[in-house]
Amino acid sequence: MTNTITEAIVTGGAGARITPGRKTRATAGDRVVGGASHIVLTLWSIVVILPMLWVILSSFKTTKEIFASPFSLPKVWNFDNYVNAWTTSGIGSFFFNTIVVVFGALFLTMLFGAMSAYVLARFQFPGSRLIYYLMLAGLTFPIFLAIVPLFFVLQSIGLLNTLPGLIITYAAFAFPFTVFFLFSFFKSLSTSIAEAAAIDGAGEWRTFFQVMLPMAKPGLATVAILNFVGLWNQFLLPIALNTDPEKYVLTQGMAQFAAQAGYSVDAGALFAAVVITVVPVLIVYMIFQRQLQGSVSQGTNK
Amino acid sequence: MTVVNTPIAGGGKTAAARRWSRKDLTFDKVSFMIVFLVIPVIAYIVFVVSPFVQAAYYSLTDWSGFTPDMNFIGASNYLKLFEDATFVKAVGNSVTLAVVLPLITLIVALIFATLVTIGGPSSGPIRGLRNSSFYRVISFFPYVIPAIVIGIIWSQVYDPSAGLLNGILTGIGLENFKSFAWLGTLGVAMPSVMFVIVWGLIGFYMVLFIAAIKGIPAEIYEAARIDGAGRLRTAVTITIPLIRDNIQTAYIYMGILALDAFVYMAALESGGGPANSTLVMSQQLFTTAFTKGNFGYACAMGVVLALITLLFAGVVFLVNKLTGGTNDVAE
Repeated sequence: MTNTITEAIVTGGAGARITPGRKTRATAGDRVVGGASHIVLTLWSIVVILPMLWVILSSFKTTKEIFASPFSLPKVWNFDNYVNAWTTSGIGSFFFNTIVVVFGALFLTMLFGAMSAYVLARFQFPGSRLIYYLMLAGLTFPIFLAIVPLFFVLQSIGLLNTLPGLIITYAAFAFPFTVFFLFSFFKSLSTSIAEAAAIDGAGEWRTFFQVMLPMAKPGLATVAILNFVGLWNQFLLPIALNTDPEKYVLTQGMAQFAAQAGYSVDAGALFAAVVITVVPVLIVYMIFQRQLQGSVSQGTNK
Repeated sequence: MTVVNTPIAGGGKTAAARRWSRKDLTFDKVSFMIVFLVIPVIAYIVFVVSPFVQAAYYSLTDWSGFTPDMNFIGASNYLKLFEDATFVKAVGNSVTLAVVLPLITLIVALIFATLVTIGGPSSGPIRGLRNSSFYRVISFFPYVIPAIVIGIIWSQVYDPSAGLLNGILTGIGLENFKSFAWLGTLGVAMPSVMFVIVWGLIGFYMVLFIAAIKGIPAEIYEAARIDGAGRLRTAVTITIPLIRDNIQTAYIYMGILALDAFVYMAALESGGGPANSTLVMSQQLFTTAFTKGNFGYACAMGVVLALITLLFAGVVFLVNKLTGGTNDVAE
């Protein structure tokens, strides 16, 4: 026991998982609890993975084979479904539109979000309290409340059913979160550097872009990752504000394709389309999963 | 994404904050303020704040949206809502989701997070299970799949004749499930949809709670163990009180998401489910506005949805406060 305590004191503080310096003997109770925990978590992992594997398997089967049995292996492994999905569903153009919209909106919201957050964090002026409440409202109220008038706002300025309209709307709805997060980040940055820059004759613009923005990189990366996932998944805004099939983004395109596939019974192509949508995300996730999970815990526990 | 309760400016002058005076009005400063704050905030007001305000106004009119005719009809839309059996049903379903979903998701996520961080052997340093990062990576994965695709995947898994689920169940000898309609049977449809939402979000909250638990100093767990606290006792009397603000934040997120639930329903139960048993407010609002062209009435639904959302957040704050927590959101 005494040993354990000293060890905890020596290694403690940093958190919970430290590699043990020596072998510890597990009691019978430990083994039962540990075993049960592993079983529960393994079962859950299977529940998560199995549908994915099944979708991949089905994406290689003909529609007839899919309806014959959910488990049978395809007779011929080929990419016919993928070709069908790519050509008939228009998934290629959905992808392209999504990338344009998501990156356009991400750029806008990051740039203006960082600028506004910086101004709010560094200067005092009348009305800043009001801006705070406006941002809070944007974070709290459901988009559903805004969706109907938003439709007419976009219509009146001629941006309804256009990609630029979608980009601006996406950016505007991601704006309050970006500002809130970066506000606390800029607050925590030392101001002496900005003041030194001012003394050296740098104007406000230069101070921001050449001094403060580079210092905020870690915070920017976190918000950018969270915004990216949020914007990529956006569904309500496009289906309400972007009804021209040529300009569909991936999420609404998939919804429409799923609805159509239900009628034309081209289940194979639907599975292939799902795989096409998920695989790029899967690859990005595998590469960035550490940063992404870090962002989530930072962004939400802040 | 999160409700960060940091007051922007106002109160207490910090070293960082500077006051503006007349000599600051150089071209550099003025252009800086206009581009950095005035333009983005105006755009934000036009695209986010003004639609909220307009919605509140339209909700008091009989506007159809396609004609400029708009009569002010006071609270009639709201009175009509209370008598609209379909909408009342949808409110009930949404509230059910907001009560049940956070509870299940957060309890399971908390259990998983506990196992992964402090579920290891009861001697030696406090640590999680072996290979626990594997479970974390797998569970988190659904978070990066667009919700609509999650819905599509599960609508296939639930398919009565060719779906994975019935395939497994008949495979292990449960012939009753040969063509069981998970999404088409009254009483089963709602739990089936709930499971999909839980499936997609457990990993996200697990990661959130893991980070929170890792922030608790290991000495506290050591002390509890020396005092003879078992695993359950440790989780209930140490972990939960110490991360209660994170739980509160998570509860509010999850509740807001559950009150929406639109994407999942669009993929799984676009028609409202058997006897409207899975119809939610957001779906009803969308149909009323964009299919039926009843914009004034739809805006009234939006206001009700917003009020319920605020009420929900208020209740969560209140419960946390009454049970002894702080009123700050996850500091």
